[in-house]
Amino acid sequence: MISPPPQPSPLGGGGEGWGGSYCMISGYHITILITIVIYAILAHSLNIITGHAGQISLGHAAFFGIGAYTSAMLYTGAGLPFWISVPLAALVAGIVGAILGIPCLRVRDDFLAITTMGINFVVEAVFLYLPFFGGAMGIGGINLPNWFGREMTKPEYFLLILVVFVVLILLDRKLGRSWIGLAWASIREDEQAAGAMGVDIVRFKVVAFVLGSAIAGLAGGFYAHFLTFIMPQNFGFGQSIVILCMVVFGGIGTRWGPMIGAIILGVLPEISRPIMEYRILIYGVLLLAMMRFQPGGLLGSESILTRTFRRYVYRPWKRE
Amino acid sequence: MLWQQLANGIAIGSVYALISLGLTMVYGILRILHIAHAGIYALGAYVGLLSFRLIGEFWLSLFIGMAGAAVAGYLVERFLYTPLLHLPRIAPLIVSIGLFTAMEETFRIVAGPHTLTYNARIGLGDLSIGRFHLTETQILILLVTLAILIFLWAFLTKTRTGLAMRACAQDAETTSSFGVNVSAIIAVNFLIGSAMAGAAGVLIGVYDNQVWPTMGSVPAYKALAIVVLGGLGNIPGTVLASIIVGLAETFFIGILAIPFPRDAVAFIAMIFVLMFRPYGLLGKA
Repeated sequence: MISPPPQPSPLGGGGEGWGGSYCMISGYHITILITIVIYAILAHSLNIITGHAGQISLGHAAFFGIGAYTSAMLYTGAGLPFWISVPLAALVAGIVGAILGIPCLRVRDDFLAITTMGINFVVEAVFLYLPFFGGAMGIGGINLPNWFGREMTKPEYFLLILVVFVVLILLDRKLGRSWIGLAWASIREDEQAAGAMGVDIVRFKVVAFVLGSAIAGLAGGFYAHFLTFIMPQNFGFGQSIVILCMVVFGGIGTRWGPMIGAIILGVLPEISRPIMEYRILIYGVLLLAMMRFQPGGLLGSESILTRTFRRYVYRPWKRE
Repeated sequence: MLWQQLANGIAIGSVYALISLGLTMVYGILRILHIAHAGIYALGAYVGLLSFRLIGEFWLSLFIGMAGAAVAGYLVERFLYTPLLHLPRIAPLIVSIGLFTAMEETFRIVAGPHTLTYNARIGLGDLSIGRFHLTETQILILLVTLAILIFLWAFLTKTRTGLAMRACAQDAETTSSFGVNVSAIIAVNFLIGSAMAGAAGVLIGVYDNQVWPTMGSVPAYKALAIVVLGGLGNIPGTVLASIIVGLAETFFIGILAIPFPRDAVAFIAMIFVLMFRPYGLLGKA
């Protein structure tokens, strides 16, 4: 059911353009780096829905896919440049998130988890079976963006999405301290109490859902332009689970946890190449052991890492 | 033709019922989405097949498969779920996903990635009435499912343990204050639910004449859709939803020949029903 993050496509090639010539890292590494940042953005977007607002979504890859397909079709079909097609991808994913989110959020907790999973299967089936979306062959011929009259190199592309990621993190910080952040926290902790205090539950849930979906759509746009061709299988249920695992592994609801999760679970399949045969097994066991013994995730408030940090670094530093 | 499709649909629906019932019982009592249930279903098939190859007697291998699955289900409950009950629901869900992945991989590594055949001689014989034809394995599925459903119904309504189990599903805390050993009830619940999944694994193994490492992948999510369709935790609703999904799949794909993935039918039915009944077919708010 679950596969580790898809292999970076062997498109890299070392020294293309000036980016590669003085850059010390190879095409292979830059491919992994880009993949990890895209996963970090995705994990971060799911963290808004699941971590901040407390709504379990098992179908996040659907919105990732909607973004990727929108961007790819606007680029190859309508001939719009990257700089327009990717923001539009985020917009479309956000709108679809609102349309699907309103009926979804009528159902509660576990029903929501399975409904979102169902949406993922239906969206993947639509991509796969409607010829309009390219069917099983997917969509090809998408390129890296142009700037200053030439195509971007991979290291430049990496820097671009890294900047986007940092902006999103700053935005997250801002939101966390605003009324929206407080409302989300109250819904997450106790939905009934929040409702009794006059928090408009449905509205804030929909806001979280739309925002998370839109950011996932943005990540989808970046992904399409990076992979240069996309297929329905890239956006299946297994992908949703991979994203969810990154969030939970790093620490659900924390600001940096999803990023840490994306880095570790993104690098893991690469460094475990020598033990190819067992790597999915290790992936599963790691996930299981992590949740069983550190349910808050690596950066959760009760994890070994956080407690050690507090005891040996934070408190001594405070005392001085 | 119509009657034939009906028989096929009910046979498939019965297997879905066997898998989903365990899932809905677990949800009813612990409120956990037990994805690894499908791993236990595949484990049942493997244990059944192994014992069949060793002994050569089908009915005994069915029983051993069920027993193996029941033990596995019990271990999962004791060592993975119970210690996590006080945590947010997402923790057991992720554990379950991790466990399911690990189980599938273990099957692949231990038993090999190929499909293994399970050609058991059951000794029931085919049944033909006019143009209507039931194969031996379909009869087997219908008989075993019927027997298990009658057993389950009798257990839940006629025994004191069954009564305690239903009470736990309503309110575990109050039930424990009446002197019921809730932890034992949960264990019994897992034993029965997992044994049913194991039976389903063996039945599908014989029906398709193959057992393969990822045989749980499709049931893992389809059973969840069925359980939600029937109303999470609702036993009659789950049986009804299983038969409906079995029939819908056979009819939509078999007769109308809609070019749509068979496995998406359950989800479309689920989403459609949830629009009008947010708590499933027979569920209550």
